Amino acid sequence: MLRFFLSRIAVLIPTFLGVTLVAFLFIRLLPGDPVEMMAGERGTSPERHAELMARFGFDRPWWEQYATFLGNVLHGDLGNSIVTKAPVLTEFLTLFPATLELSICAILFAIVFGLPAGVLAASRRGTIFDHGVMAATLTGYSMPIFWWGLLLIILFSGILGWTPVSGRIDLLYFFEPVTGFMLIDSLLSDQDGAFMSAFSHLVLPTIVLGTIPLAVIARQTRSAMLEVLSEDYVRTAKAKGLPTRRVVGLHAFRNALIPVVTTIGLQTGVLLAGAILTETIFSWPGVGKWLIDSIFRRDYPSVQGGLLLIASVVMIVNLLVDLTYGLIDPRIRHGR
Amino acid sequence: MAAEIATRPPHPFIEGWHYFRQNKGALAGLIVFLAFVVIAALSPWLAPYSPDAQDRAAVLVPPFWQEGGSTAHLLGTDAVGRDLLSRIMYGGRWSLFIGLIVIVISMSGGILLGLSAAFARGFVDTLIMRVLDVLLAIPSLLLALVVVAILGPGLFNAMFAVALVYMPHYARLTRGSAMSELQKDYVTASRVAGASVWRLMFRTVLPNCAPPLIVQATLGFSTAVLDMAALGFLGMGAQPPTPEWGTMLADAREFILRAWWVVTFPGLAILISVLAVNLMGDGLRDVLDPKLKRS
Repeated sequence: MLRFFLSRIAVLIPTFLGVTLVAFLFIRLLPGDPVEMMAGERGTSPERHAELMARFGFDRPWWEQYATFLGNVLHGDLGNSIVTKAPVLTEFLTLFPATLELSICAILFAIVFGLPAGVLAASRRGTIFDHGVMAATLTGYSMPIFWWGLLLIILFSGILGWTPVSGRIDLLYFFEPVTGFMLIDSLLSDQDGAFMSAFSHLVLPTIVLGTIPLAVIARQTRSAMLEVLSEDYVRTAKAKGLPTRRVVGLHAFRNALIPVVTTIGLQTGVLLAGAILTETIFSWPGVGKWLIDSIFRRDYPSVQGGLLLIASVVMIVNLLVDLTYGLIDPRIRHGR
Repeated sequence: MAAEIATRPPHPFIEGWHYFRQNKGALAGLIVFLAFVVIAALSPWLAPYSPDAQDRAAVLVPPFWQEGGSTAHLLGTDAVGRDLLSRIMYGGRWSLFIGLIVIVISMSGGILLGLSAAFARGFVDTLIMRVLDVLLAIPSLLLALVVVAILGPGLFNAMFAVALVYMPHYARLTRGSAMSELQKDYVTASRVAGASVWRLMFRTVLPNCAPPLIVQATLGFSTAVLDMAALGFLGMGAQPPTPEWGTMLADAREFILRAWWVVTFPGLAILISVLAVNLMGDGLRDVLDPKLKRS
């Protein structure tokens, strides 16, 4: 088991180094040199320019610069934002809980609706319900989610007036973040209505971000269930006279779950990319919106740090999924 | 003498069409997609107005069936009095053509890399695949955004970015199928007969790797349209006043609570065209590549 763990981690190292190289090259590939970029439109005198180039080490060979960069990254130093001057890592960590909360809610939403939809569609194959699920999930899968968000705002915020348009909570409520998760913090704060406010802010972004994962999970569950339902042991279970509910729910579902768990895990990248759009639409103060704002403000160290950190989160989650997969299914870990 | 039996199997294309036709969803997708293409191609003749013509007297006019709307502007007008229907028709030229170009660039690059990796083996293969792994580790929209941040916002830069982001998928697919084709006898025969590497790559091996690539290209087309629209929406892709569907949505955002139609119709055009292509892709996959299962 340990060997399996180590081999999985070993595979990840070159990819991580590659991502740091991409992040490093990102700043170098921008037009103009880094000092001009930091100086902005004011510009600097040639002497000062040369001095700054030397001070930050930009006059050294690129591989030396990369080694320094890598060393800094491994020590948690991702540079400072040009706009706020604060360390990029601190900014990211302040905003990340908002994205995490939204992503967790979105994936829970996708699982809660996607799994049963897939299971029911498979067990009623060929019925109107099955066709309905397939049509709905294909539509969800084809959805431009930024447009979907705008539509939901028109309906629920504009016409029905049920939900707020943007932000995480009403300005009326204020409390120190404890966990960074607004739902939990609002409960801890003991203020009347704070939780409901946080909840109503979260509903639409959750649906928008959860739509594509929901569609993928439902389709994957359906096809995994169909495969398992044709297995001999399912036929045996039916032949024993077990009720369909028990056969589908217990025998088939548990075995169909293995590929589905992987699918759920692999949605992390989709979620974080989707968070960029979702957070922009709902002015959700998370890392996705921060990244877009940083690009527009030409705050390149923040973009660089964001790229590196988001890619790392995706890689770590994919690694965890891989390891879990090995834990659930011994064939995987002994096969390699 | 018995009646002559047809011995020649049907042409693969005809056989494929036969199976494709039986998939109602795929057929519907094809028809809708072709309709979109025809409308986009003929938009200068079909569209009632020019996409940039502003009618100051008719700003934010609702669609004709709603109170205040008129048949002069069937789907209403936007904030500067441009006819929405005309803009969506012309927009199809941008959005669909952009999708096509992105796929062509990304597939050509991917095929080249994939074939090189498969033929070179060893160090080159490992190097190419590791680089692609790195690109695949970064969420696609994020990587596209970063590339656009380097090159600057704009239609062509965004197209290049999206093409680059999807290149690894084609490269991996090509490499995989080329590797298995290279094991086969007909390739050895061709090699022994003295075919050059180029001929082996593009005439002998590539046509036999085509089916999964065609499927991937169809499904990739819909992703490319979506991602380009997303970049346009974020202000990183096509710039106003280009009637690209995603850019139209970005323009419309501030009016969402006042004029639902400005937001609804361009997005609907994206959704329907993407849905049609996905249906078509699913059908093609069942015909060309029965091994690939739908997920």
